[in-house]
Amino acid sequence: MEQNGVTALGYIPLFPLIGSVLAFIIGRSKRDAAGWIATLASAMAFAVVVALVMAMPEEAEYYYRAFTWFSVGGFTLDFAFRFDHLTAVMCLVVTGIGSLIHLYSVAYMAEDEGRHRFFAYLNLFMFSMLLLVLGANLLVLFVGWEGVGLCSYLLIGFWFKNLSYAGAGRKAFVVNRIGDAGFLFGMFMLYRQFDTLDFAELAQAISVNASPELLPLYFVVALCLFVGATGKSAQIPLFVWLPDAMAGPTPVSALIHAATMVTAGVYMMARLNFLFDLAPQAQAIVAIVAVFTAMVAALTALTQNDIKKVLAYSTVSQLGFMFMAAGAGVYWVAVFHLVTHAFFKACLFLGAGSVIHGCHHEQDMRHMGGLWSKMPITAATYGISTLAIAGIYPLSGYFSKHAILAALEGGHNPALEGLLELLVPMASVTAFLTAFYMTRSFAMTFLGSYRGHAHPHESPLRMTAPLIVLAGLALVGGLWLGGTLPHYLAPVLGSPAEHGHESIIEGLMHSWIGIAGIGVGLLCYTSLSQIPATIYRVIGPLSTLSLNKFYFDELYAAVVVKPLEAIARVLFRVVDQGMIDGAVNGTAAVVDVSGEVARSTQTGQVRHYAFFMFVAALLMLFLFVFAGRV
Amino acid sequence: MNFDTFPFLSSLVFLPLVGALVLYLLPFFRPDHDEHGTLSRGFALFVSLVVFAISLLMLTHFDAADSGYQFSERADWIPYFGISYFVGLDGISVWLVLLTTFLMPLVVIASASVHKKIRGYLASMLVLETAMIGTLVALDVFLFYVFWELMLAPMYFIIGIWGGKRRIYATLKFVLYTVVGSLLMLVAIFYVVWRFYEQQGHLTFLLDELQMYTNLTRKEELWMFAAFALAFGIKVPLFPFHTWLPDAHVEAPTGGSVVLAGVLLKMGLYGYIRFAYPLFPRAADAFAPYIATLAVIGIVYGALVAWAQSDIKKLVAYSSVSHLGYCVLGFVAFNAVATSGAMYQMLNHGISTGALFLLVGVLYDRKHTRLMADYGGLAAKVPLFAFLFLVFTLSSIALPLTNGFIGEFLILTGSFKTFPVLTVIGTTGVVLGAVYMLTLYMKTMYGELDEGKNGDLTDVNGRELATFLPLLVMVFWMGIYPQPFLSRMEPTLNAYFSAVAERRAALNVYENDVAPSQDIVLEREHQQARPVRESAAQPNLNRAVEG
Repeated sequence: MEQNGVTALGYIPLFPLIGSVLAFIIGRSKRDAAGWIATLASAMAFAVVVALVMAMPEEAEYYYRAFTWFSVGGFTLDFAFRFDHLTAVMCLVVTGIGSLIHLYSVAYMAEDEGRHRFFAYLNLFMFSMLLLVLGANLLVLFVGWEGVGLCSYLLIGFWFKNLSYAGAGRKAFVVNRIGDAGFLFGMFMLYRQFDTLDFAELAQAISVNASPELLPLYFVVALCLFVGATGKSAQIPLFVWLPDAMAGPTPVSALIHAATMVTAGVYMMARLNFLFDLAPQAQAIVAIVAVFTAMVAALTALTQNDIKKVLAYSTVSQLGFMFMAAGAGVYWVAVFHLVTHAFFKACLFLGAGSVIHGCHHEQDMRHMGGLWSKMPITAATYGISTLAIAGIYPLSGYFSKHAILAALEGGHNPALEGLLELLVPMASVTAFLTAFYMTRSFAMTFLGSYRGHAHPHESPLRMTAPLIVLAGLALVGGLWLGGTLPHYLAPVLGSPAEHGHESIIEGLMHSWIGIAGIGVGLLCYTSLSQIPATIYRVIGPLSTLSLNKFYFDELYAAVVVKPLEAIARVLFRVVDQGMIDGAVNGTAAVVDVSGEVARSTQTGQVRHYAFFMFVAALLMLFLFVFAGRV
Repeated sequence: MNFDTFPFLSSLVFLPLVGALVLYLLPFFRPDHDEHGTLSRGFALFVSLVVFAISLLMLTHFDAADSGYQFSERADWIPYFGISYFVGLDGISVWLVLLTTFLMPLVVIASASVHKKIRGYLASMLVLETAMIGTLVALDVFLFYVFWELMLAPMYFIIGIWGGKRRIYATLKFVLYTVVGSLLMLVAIFYVVWRFYEQQGHLTFLLDELQMYTNLTRKEELWMFAAFALAFGIKVPLFPFHTWLPDAHVEAPTGGSVVLAGVLLKMGLYGYIRFAYPLFPRAADAFAPYIATLAVIGIVYGALVAWAQSDIKKLVAYSSVSHLGYCVLGFVAFNAVATSGAMYQMLNHGISTGALFLLVGVLYDRKHTRLMADYGGLAAKVPLFAFLFLVFTLSSIALPLTNGFIGEFLILTGSFKTFPVLTVIGTTGVVLGAVYMLTLYMKTMYGELDEGKNGDLTDVNGRELATFLPLLVMVFWMGIYPQPFLSRMEPTLNAYFSAVAERRAALNVYENDVAPSQDIVLEREHQQARPVRESAAQPNLNRAVEG
């Protein structure tokens, strides 16, 4: 293993950091320069990553210690990076897709007054995300973890004049912070037990400490870290911020809230696989939460009319799929779906952005339709990605989703024993729903006739080019990665079970869930449009539930936010001003009365207090010394 | 100049005082000569910069590996009572002194918004600097107390004369609270000295001697510690002794708030670690869980109450209650990681909260209101201000790579080893901190700008920027590369921990040796109407002295 400190690792996050500063400073006077600076910085990071991956020998990993962050009381923590195959995959996704989205944004944000801020934030996000995946210890990961949260906050509230957008940003930050508190607890416990937060040292320490008495600790730590993941990766109960996060510019949704940041929790679990593997109950909880999140989010997506909201809930749902695999302990599959999802979901979001751009800021699908002829490239790429996410052979989503269902079914986690009969069908139903709501969104947007009042037009090449690249990846990414990824990741995540090869016929047969979903979706939203209306009438309350996002926001407002606000007010008015200050003012009033006496002898307030002070001091000294030793 | 014999500390302590006297006594600073106070401000800035320069020079000569007192100076003061002028600097005080000398020029620059009796204001500030540095370097308990009380007077004037509408109420409350605490501490100091005299036959106020040679029973320790802890707890302020703080902050002029939050509040924490713990270690151990509980209540309570505020300055004041709760928790957890974190967090708080008060001052100078509701949408109008506000907000909520994170993380990681449950509760402050700070930021910076109200708002000017830039640099420096700071604390802390452990052991030996018989005596006292203590306790004391 190479430990010689590969300086190039430091450049990967450094380029976007410098890009961020330059984009802001230069962009202040030359707005148009900002986008190109940021894109260049991102592309340079991508180039370094590619070069490193190409040059990397088999089974190798790189390490680079930038400096000792702090060393105090025997607790030494290095600002260090580590680059193994898992990091390589993550870095390729982040910088690769990141660069495409930067390029897209140059056109998408071309008219915006604040685009220097936008690109500065976007590059700052790249920097944070790269720290997150490159960190050689939990704390550097956490720096990135909170850093991406900050950038997410800044970008969601990018159009800050709209107070509800700014509020969505704040909500994202605060909800993420709740998760982060869990993450911190996990770190406290690991440090308390092992005196280190370094991944390699932790793996070493845990592998020699698999004794039964430590298993409860691993369980609690794993659960705490997963709480962090539910925040960052939008799982129940902390997923509520992600749909609101769609307030940000659409490229942000594509990059941060679909392809990269929200997958941080999945990456974290894969990174700490040695810990989660020793906590099967925690894994089971992850799997259960994941299945329910996937299902609830898919059900919510069924009725949303905002094209971005559909994709947002779809993202929550797909993240659930990733966590199913992670919970089943088959981490490479989780990473596999992470990658394919990054392809097709980034494509879908950018496609939605293209549609919104083309329809002059219209996001409601009820005012779209028939865009197929007006924006063919967008429609085709969106269509390909829809097929991919629906899990149709041989598109990328088929392979990863199929692998997830297989992993869940074939899991040998004893803690999931008996639950699988429930979880696997739920996951399959969710897969069906996925195909259905995505077909609905495709049909409402691109098929039928145009229902809006704008004059839709295809987007410029700078926007469609990234769409084409991503659609291409969504098309063939699964075939390509399904075979290579498990072996590539094996040094980090362990060797997977071998799969037999599928024929086309088998593949298509296994796609039946997706095909069914698409078929029903097309039926409902093209030829027989009275069906959905009838369904909604029949299951009225249920669809209301879905339309209102299962009232999670209202529930949290009623149970957490409002009571806390009330408590805060009561503490301030009653406890602080009433009780504590009341007692103080009471004392002061007594002093004031004696002050009246003192004033008659022309004593000012300060002298008065000084006098009091010394008399009282003497009195107490007398008490201490002469009236019995305390 | 020979740096080995140069009286660094005395220069730091007395130069501001001399400056204040010059400012007040020389005729050309009088209003009839210096109508707008420009000359006075320039002179005060010059003095504070010279003091800062001397402190930097001193820092370059500070030996990071030396755990003892450096630059110490000693002279008899009142030999009859064993009182001496003894000052020195070690890893515990060095950064707090630097923080003081660093903030003071910024405060003087920020005094541009003070128009009334500027000469007196600046002189008060300089006297305050003398008192603060004196408090931090004094190693004679009496000297410490003198400086400690001396801090009160200029602050009293700063709030009472240059404060807001309710300044009289605020000053009275501030003085009343503080005096009650220091009074008890004074009594405890005398008591300890008296016990030393009984046992050793001569008087001294030197901390080291008192710490090494004063034997106290457990009960005595508890009472003495309680007196010290109350004095320091009020100063910090620790919940529930905090209600003087919001009033003092709201009424104080900007500079006063910066010094109050930046340095004065740290004095309680400093006193705790410098005096209370080493003198009464067993009592401190016994009280630790209770103090930690109050600290954690303070963290959560301060955060919640901050959330309920509509006045920006009051919000920042309550956030101090919350942040200082972390520091207290770190100190009472009493391990190297937590204590270093707490010491680091003291500096961080001085920087981030000082900056936040300066930012509030910028708004107040322009619009004469501190209510959040009077602002909104400012980010579009004053982008530079919004940027600075964002950075210091993030520092306040301890985002990684800003200074606040290092402190909070070390405190929580360290105290989790000692008080796991309390630490977990305290960590909720991390979430609540984000809630109230981001709410503040959102309500003032985001949304539509009210053209009628704030359309004429101007962005941060050059003079104001000069106060923010040094703080901005420190936020990132201390967040990204904290090691130069931490490494200068560590040797002292290690020596400190072993010294305290030694004292704890010595006190236990004394307790086993002498105290049991005395406890029996005390019990008998309770049973009888009048004590017969004199005759019974005396032999024990003699034995202690002989031993």
